[in-house]
Amino acid sequence: MKQLILVGLSHHVAPVELRERAALEPAAAAALARSLGEAVCLSTCNRTELYLAGGDEEAAATALSELAGEPLDGVLYRLHDDDAALHLFRVAAGLDSLVPGEGEILGQVRAAYEAVEPGALLDRVFRQALALGKRVRTETAIGESPASVSSAAAALAAQVFGELHDRRVLLVGAGRIGELAASNLASRGASIAFVANRSLDAARELAGRFGGRAVGLDELAGVLGDVDVVVSSTSSQELVVHAADVPERRRHPLFFIDIAVPRDLDPLLARLEGCFLYDIDDLEAVVAETLNGRRAEAERAEQLAAEEVERFGAWRASLDVVPAIASLRARAEEIRSAEIAKVAGRVTDDERAKLESVTAQILNKLLHLPTIRMKEAAVSADGAAYADAVRHLFGLEDDPR
Amino acid sequence: MVEALFWPALIGYGEAAFAYASPRTSRLATWGVRLGWLAQTALLAVQASRSSGFPWSSFAGSLNLFVWLVVGAYLVWGCRPRFRLLGLAVMPLAALLFAVARVGGGTAVGANPHYSSLFLVLHVGFVLAAFAGFTLAAALAALYLWEEHRLKRRAADILRLRLPPLQTLERLTRRTIAVSLPLLTLGLAAGIVRLREDHGSTDALEWLTLVTWLLYGGFVVARPSGRRGAYVALGGFALVVIARLALAGSHFA
Repeated sequence: MKQLILVGLSHHVAPVELRERAALEPAAAAALARSLGEAVCLSTCNRTELYLAGGDEEAAATALSELAGEPLDGVLYRLHDDDAALHLFRVAAGLDSLVPGEGEILGQVRAAYEAVEPGALLDRVFRQALALGKRVRTETAIGESPASVSSAAAALAAQVFGELHDRRVLLVGAGRIGELAASNLASRGASIAFVANRSLDAARELAGRFGGRAVGLDELAGVLGDVDVVVSSTSSQELVVHAADVPERRRHPLFFIDIAVPRDLDPLLARLEGCFLYDIDDLEAVVAETLNGRRAEAERAEQLAAEEVERFGAWRASLDVVPAIASLRARAEEIRSAEIAKVAGRVTDDERAKLESVTAQILNKLLHLPTIRMKEAAVSADGAAYADAVRHLFGLEDDPR
Repeated sequence: MVEALFWPALIGYGEAAFAYASPRTSRLATWGVRLGWLAQTALLAVQASRSSGFPWSSFAGSLNLFVWLVVGAYLVWGCRPRFRLLGLAVMPLAALLFAVARVGGGTAVGANPHYSSLFLVLHVGFVLAAFAGFTLAAALAALYLWEEHRLKRRAADILRLRLPPLQTLERLTRRTIAVSLPLLTLGLAAGIVRLREDHGSTDALEWLTLVTWLLYGGFVVARPSGRRGAYVALGGFALVVIARLALAGSHFA
């Protein structure tokens, strides 16, 4: 039986300079996999890993060293069979990622698998990994919690509005942090309608990038009625938006995100009906809490990965006895066919059909229990002994299967 | 036969009432709701097939039908992981009322129905369906207020709870009431026709139901948003509770 081999490096063991040299474009990764025989190459910014089905482990290590341009002794990890499978399952589940539970890796595992034509072993282990990755993301909340202040702000806005499509954002301040929060909101479908800044030139430049309109800080009160989310991150020493600036008659909520220190937004905004205000401390508390949650969810995901390894192990073990089962069934079928052939001229077609049916049923019933028992024995590590015994008892030693 | 259907339904609802408490078991809870509702559906079908008239004419019988309608409405709107806390509000109530319906004989077969008029059957059916919708709307409104409070309070665990978005809850509350109000209108109309047929007089429950109709009608027309809308939905539900529990006795008599 072929051995599952993993040779690779990742952010756990290799610095970024090394990882970026070993990283490959998808087409190059697929070409490298093909050059190694039955293999899959998973290459992302955080890892380059080669999964082989009984291939040349040293050749794989050499290929990675050549990519890195230096020997990788002490950096490469080499795992085999169940250990290699567990590693792949953890990778697909996002458990081995820099930010646990991130979703991008599952797509990258799928792309690496689909880029080549793996044999039975790799096909099985990658299919299981993809199914597990999907299961972990639907059955646990590991991938849902934001890991940064800006993503927490966007997630909170979504908690109020649901889908952020058609939601209009007012960005106050044209700094880097505000832009990051705005990008997060835009990535969820919100439109950056206005950018307000003391310097109109900076506002215009940023508004142009998001397709919004630049306004001065003195126009803020006028546009508050036209937006759903306000993100503020100026370096002003005074409050920029006051509770009195908010229009009284609104039908929709207004969500304020204050990521400035000192704060830009009047704390009294939180008391207005339909208004929600989160400052930098609130957002950091949400991030800390959700990261705790991620750890709890990660434990559940680890359990699912361990269960998957057990299933993979059972499947591999069953492969030990499959050839013996196939030989036994083939030998029995040969005998049955030969005996039917002996009486072929002495019975009618109708009688022959009945004979075929009855003998086939006898065969199936006779072999059913031994087949089940051998598969069970395979899982408990007695499979090889059972297979040898069956071959010996039925004289199947010379069978090429 | 009835026993074999009642207990699976009650166990399904009861299991859901507990299993919704944890996100880990919320899938099991959803299956409990589904299987319990199927068992109760079969129970109602058996009751209907063995009755010559309307088998849920008693107060306990109407409670049985009411629970079925509430859980059915919940299955349509809220049987999803993010609505776990809604299940936590609806399912214990459903399980309790279902048990009360049994104690009162509302899940038995062979009772002598005294509803002979089609209008009376339509009246009870439509009003109960509307009340079931208002019950679900109240649960949605309560969940809205709770989540809004946590967002206002800036609770750090707000994202970990995996709740439905605030505006989704508001929209669903509004839609549920918008669907339920026409049912109540039809139910009241059928009741009025029946009252005229019998030359009867109006009682306190009928006046209260009319007030309930006016309140929900006002809700649909004025479309109050946010906290105000949630309070109106809960206020309407308080009237429904009084109508179902406090005044129903004299009306059913």
